[in-house]
Amino acid sequence: MLSRIAESLFWIGRYVERADDTARILDVHTQRLVEDPWIDEQRACANLLALMGAPCPPEEADTERVLATLAFDRASPSSITGALSAARENARGAREVLSAEIWESLNVTHNALPQQRTMARRYGPHSLFRFVRERSAMVFGLADATMSRDESWLFLVLGRSLERVDMTSRMLSTRVLAGDAAPSWTLVLRSTGAYEPYLRTYRGAVNSSRAAEFLLLDRLFPRSVFASLERAEGCLAELERANVREGHRIGVAGEAHRIVGRARTMLEFMQTDEILARLPARLDELQRTCSAASEAVTNRFFTEQAPQVWVPEGVG
Amino acid sequence: MADLFDGYPLGRQWDEMFAAPGRPRTPYTGLFSSLQPMSGEELAARADVLSQTYRDAGVTFAHAGEEQPFPLDIVPRVIGHQEWSVIERGVAQRVWALEAFLADVYGAGEVFTDRIVPRSVVTTSAHFHRAAHGLVPPNGVRVHVSGIDLVRDEAGDFRVLEDNLRSPSGVSYVITNRAAMTSVLPELFGDHRVQPVAEYPGRLLAALKASAPAGVSDPTVVLLTPGVYNSAYFEHALLARQMGVELVEGRDLVCSGGQVSMRTTDGQQRVDVIYRRIDDEFLDPVHFRSDSVIGCAGVLNAARAGRVTIANAVGNGVADDKLLYTWVPDLIRYYLGEEPVLANAETHRLDEPDTVEWVLSSLDQLVLKPVDGSGGKGIVIGPRADERTLEELAVKVRSSPRDWIAQAPIGLSTSPTLINGRIAPRHVDLRPFAVNDGTDVWVLPGGLTRVALPEGELVVNSSQGGGSKDTWVLSAPRPAVEPVPEQDVTRIEFTTEDLPVEPPAQDPGPPNDNALAQSQQQQQGAEMAISAVHRDGDGPSPRAGMAISAPGEVPPC
Repeated sequence: MLSRIAESLFWIGRYVERADDTARILDVHTQRLVEDPWIDEQRACANLLALMGAPCPPEEADTERVLATLAFDRASPSSITGALSAARENARGAREVLSAEIWESLNVTHNALPQQRTMARRYGPHSLFRFVRERSAMVFGLADATMSRDESWLFLVLGRSLERVDMTSRMLSTRVLAGDAAPSWTLVLRSTGAYEPYLRTYRGAVNSSRAAEFLLLDRLFPRSVFASLERAEGCLAELERANVREGHRIGVAGEAHRIVGRARTMLEFMQTDEILARLPARLDELQRTCSAASEAVTNRFFTEQAPQVWVPEGVG
Repeated sequence: MADLFDGYPLGRQWDEMFAAPGRPRTPYTGLFSSLQPMSGEELAARADVLSQTYRDAGVTFAHAGEEQPFPLDIVPRVIGHQEWSVIERGVAQRVWALEAFLADVYGAGEVFTDRIVPRSVVTTSAHFHRAAHGLVPPNGVRVHVSGIDLVRDEAGDFRVLEDNLRSPSGVSYVITNRAAMTSVLPELFGDHRVQPVAEYPGRLLAALKASAPAGVSDPTVVLLTPGVYNSAYFEHALLARQMGVELVEGRDLVCSGGQVSMRTTDGQQRVDVIYRRIDDEFLDPVHFRSDSVIGCAGVLNAARAGRVTIANAVGNGVADDKLLYTWVPDLIRYYLGEEPVLANAETHRLDEPDTVEWVLSSLDQLVLKPVDGSGGKGIVIGPRADERTLEELAVKVRSSPRDWIAQAPIGLSTSPTLINGRIAPRHVDLRPFAVNDGTDVWVLPGGLTRVALPEGELVVNSSQGGGSKDTWVLSAPRPAVEPVPEQDVTRIEFTTEDLPVEPPAQDPGPPNDNALAQSQQQQQGAEMAISAVHRDGDGPSPRAGMAISAPGEVPPC
């Protein structure tokens, strides 16, 4: 398929997942500000902004700022509205491979954003978060139901999985690094949608190393870092199978596959204590792994050649 | 500006919010100033969002066999922290006394030999079960969960109306009410420090695990529900989900050789603690109603054999009988040697012929309650009843005085409630929930405030189509103790110093086509002079992350 289209699909996967995860994180964050009587709002907001890669001076951090930056900033692909608009723009350029239903659901989402913003301003942001969660579930659900499992599907899922690794490790970082302004593990689990699965798995009080282990290493929970890496790896293996040529008898064909595979094996074959002992560095590493893998996928499959330009020869 | 509270009538009763017209009580000052600027329409719009939230989440109460949304009123009820500490102590004190009494009833019976309570009160109670006699629970707890109903009288004092020690329901609404209010009206919480209620399921699970048979290291807890048609099924499902335990029905359990197990895809799995929400009569067809199809045959024998714990214990009903209620203050003095923190409502026992005569002659000024009624059924409010009802009542009371108690009517306190877009006073009560884990009685900060929606209605009960309010307990300005830290063996804590560098930014994604390309696409071949152009410039900054040298091969086309 066309590189340009493949790239669009990859980024639709990333952007929609990003909007979904950001909505979950913000929802829990705003609920927590309201429910927890002992919270230091400024610090909590500053931490959240820093870990989402949009740091601001601590004295300026408040919920207003968090929402403006991570929910409503149309120009930034890291905010919910920005990510959803970008996903829709990408879909607009790839309409011939997307089913009409997927395009429509992305488009409806994008068109409803202004109204959702107004609603959020009037009745609190919860309704917006809910809307985003539902819409992204719908996009991926339609993709699941209507897309052939060809390359286009693989790129979409690859994008989604890499984004998930990134977001889940960011969420873990908020807990690990924020000291006494940190959300409780219960909240971290809730914001990754893992709370009820965790309770059903471990039946009992939330304990920190178990919760961290669950979000990092659980094989069966689809949002855990490990499960997402495995999914991404599967996609890459499929994509390369079509491209594997004679002579590739050592390792794997692609750089991206190697990067993702290394991260996955590190999690799989290292003891939990060992991982937890240097958790911040590991999480940071995971986020960089995602960037590197994304970069490698871009270079391998979507390489941007500089556009050919005719330069008229000078007379002299 | 519309004044929401204009013309809010204050009656003889204590009003929760207002000390005088336009003058809110201290705990309410913050709430009053947040609500004051809103118009009735705006608040009604919010209330619609709130009830939509409830419909979507399936928060329902089955009323007369129909699933109905549980009405949540938008104006919360606020309790100051000093007031709350009185309630907390009073409720815990009552639970301890009733625990001691139950242990006595199903054990030595000293309370009867010491002539504190006549033995006949217990033996004539419909809820006294000989089958439970001599059955001592593993950690001595019989009342794992209780709901103590309180009302506020004209003087503003809380009084106990009744104790619920069997399966008090309503705690799920406490949890969902708070969640819904925080999502729909976050600004109301802005300046308050409201104590959270979300830890209830965790506390309950800890208490249930603590009551497991001795020698079980990792007990399996299940929640036994009558099934989806039960009025409180929503609550059973919510608690099971939040505790992460199986929600079982009677048919999922099997008892053989004194051991209860549940049928799973992996064969039979042992069960150690059953938190049951089924009445005694239906729990075990071996001992109680043999036609019950929702219980588990043999479960009581298994409990007697010490192989399984039933929570709440069988036979608790003798202690929340409305007749025994009249003795609870004496029980507190007898067992604990303390004075009751929370008083009873003024109540008359019909055990003396003179009293019976006096009650019969003044039926129109008293409230008569059947002793084993629940859910507000059968209560007759004298001052509001018509002649015929009173005549029928007199016949019933004369024939079996043991089945009735008489109370002086209490002017229940009122609380501002949104009715048809206007704020009006409605009667409320309060049901705090207490969890006993054997060492400590924990009272959930808040509890369920039920509100009688029809004007002037005094029976406040969800079974009677009442609604509820979110109940806020304000924290002390500086918490003396930090909130309970998580039960942790290891704590993972790092500081920002542990990070190698700044957290990485998020990948921005490929830049959009630049303005030039866009204009060219619009031009569609209109002649333009093109000079050398490099793509860059007005797209977002280049991607973060490491630049990786591309493998020097051209992908096959």
